[in-house]
Amino acid sequence: MNPLAQIGRVVLHLLAEAGRLSLFLRDAVFMGLLPRWYIRQMAIQFVRIGYNSLPVVGLTAFFTGGVLALQIYIGGTRFNAESLVSSIVALGITRELGPVLAGLMVAGRVSAAIAAEIGTMKVTEQIDALVTLSTNPMKYLVGPRIVAGVVTLPLLVVIADIIGIMGGYIVGIHSLGFNSGAYLKNTVDFLEFKDVTSGLIKSAVFGFIIALMGCYHGFHSRGGAQGVGRATTNAVVSASILILAANYVMTSLLFSE
Amino acid sequence: MAERDTDIHIELRGVRKSFGPKTVLDGIDLKVRRRSSLVIIGGSGSGKSVMLKCIIGLLHPDGGQVLIDGEDTTNLKGRDRDRVMSRFGMLFQSAALFDSLPVWENVAFGLIQGRGVSRRKARDIAIEKLAQVGLGSEVGDLYPAELSGGMQKRVGLARAIAASPEIILFDEPTTGLDPIMGAIIDELIVSTVRDVGATAISITHDMASARRIADEVAMIYHGKIIWHGSIDEIDHSGNPYVDQFIHGRAEGPIRMSVLKE
Ligand SMILES: Nc1ncnc2c1ncn2[C@@H]1O[C@H](COP(=O)(O)OP(=O)(O)OP(=O)(O)O)[C@@H](O)[C@H]1O
Ligand SMILES: [Mg+2]
Repeated sequence: MNPLAQIGRVVLHLLAEAGRLSLFLRDAVFMGLLPRWYIRQMAIQFVRIGYNSLPVVGLTAFFTGGVLALQIYIGGTRFNAESLVSSIVALGITRELGPVLAGLMVAGRVSAAIAAEIGTMKVTEQIDALVTLSTNPMKYLVGPRIVAGVVTLPLLVVIADIIGIMGGYIVGIHSLGFNSGAYLKNTVDFLEFKDVTSGLIKSAVFGFIIALMGCYHGFHSRGGAQGVGRATTNAVVSASILILAANYVMTSLLFSE
Repeated sequence: MAERDTDIHIELRGVRKSFGPKTVLDGIDLKVRRRSSLVIIGGSGSGKSVMLKCIIGLLHPDGGQVLIDGEDTTNLKGRDRDRVMSRFGMLFQSAALFDSLPVWENVAFGLIQGRGVSRRKARDIAIEKLAQVGLGSEVGDLYPAELSGGMQKRVGLARAIAASPEIILFDEPTTGLDPIMGAIIDELIVSTVRDVGATAISITHDMASARRIADEVAMIYHGKIIWHGSIDEIDHSGNPYVDQFIHGRAEGPIRMSVLKE
């Protein structure tokens, strides 16, 4: 096969996909987020995207905080810097691991679920039926999910931050023999407001990416169960990669000063 | 241009639609009189469902015009499209019920979301419409996945007529129903046209049902309307395609692409 033709095809395919995504993004923002608002749908999505993700996010944060404490302790002993464990755990969780891991876990759970639900609605003509009943699918389906993603992800990350630091604390006190008061004092003293807010800003963007990718791939699925399956996979993969890429860009912007 | 015939509710002029290389509608011309019931017949895959979707605006024709009350609706968008859409009700071939909502909310959907009727009032109307299609109020609280295919079809029908639209499109309303229920649904369609004054376009493969509900019949073949006349004329249409179709003969001018041994 001609390699140039192959490259050309891939490039064209990528460009077409980027164009479709831009159009979808425009519709999602200008149609989905402007009134009319479906409050009931929004409430349902707050529960599904936010509340139901609590166990996954909490467990992830807990174990990550714990493992961070262990690793930093091991590294710290080499420089006689064990006292830094608590502050580095807090920094690591609030600035990076809290938002990114929560984002990735929710991407796996929620992007997939959104893509599967909307994809099924698409291939069974339920979205057409919505249109015939004078209901704009962007407002009814996409808007509530995006709002729920953007609002609940930061809330989840606040909880992840607390549980993650707690995980580090428990390991620090029980396995590493730290003094409880000193550990907590170090955590609080060195943590800056900005460490937490930067993580929350990032997570709001992750929430947007998660909902957008789920909706986009759901809306563009075709061809029965197989098409819905493909949409689900694509939603999770693209949401995860976009989260990691956006994380890098935002980190370099937020901490460039 | 000649004076517009105000008795024509829906008109298609040279409507074309292709999917990739495959031409499905190849210049459809059709006029539907106000408060009449038109039945579309034609082979499987001949483009009947696609035609309905072009009329209601779910699919955009590649060429030609769709006129509702003389207004060209082909390129309407946004608010104008909403205005035209609110005059339609549609039963999908696959029923297309919202499986995340209970049955009554499916039926009431257009009333609650589209017309701003309160949920309590909409529920009462929904239960009433369900009764009209032979479903008891206890069905209202079930979810679509808990219904049989025929029941789903009837819920879809109740949803299509719930907001009393002036144009109703029925894609195979009686397919999958037992003969008695089929006759009841046919009666409901007839009374919707006669009593409510709606214009109906129905697709059916069942000629007995077509004879009950149709004022007029149009046959689609190879992307064109090849015959259009009143139901009384259909038995002596003089059209060999129509004859073969209504009598269900395997031999005739219509060739089905089936591999013969
Ligand atoms: N969204 C689509 N994408 C591609 N092709 C389509 C699409 N919708 C319909 N078609 C094609 O258009 C043709 C007509 O389809 P349509 O559903 O209108 O048939 P029909 O006359 O309603 O048949 P049936 O009586 O079996 O319901 C079919 O060959 C189908 O493959
Ligand atoms: Mg069909």
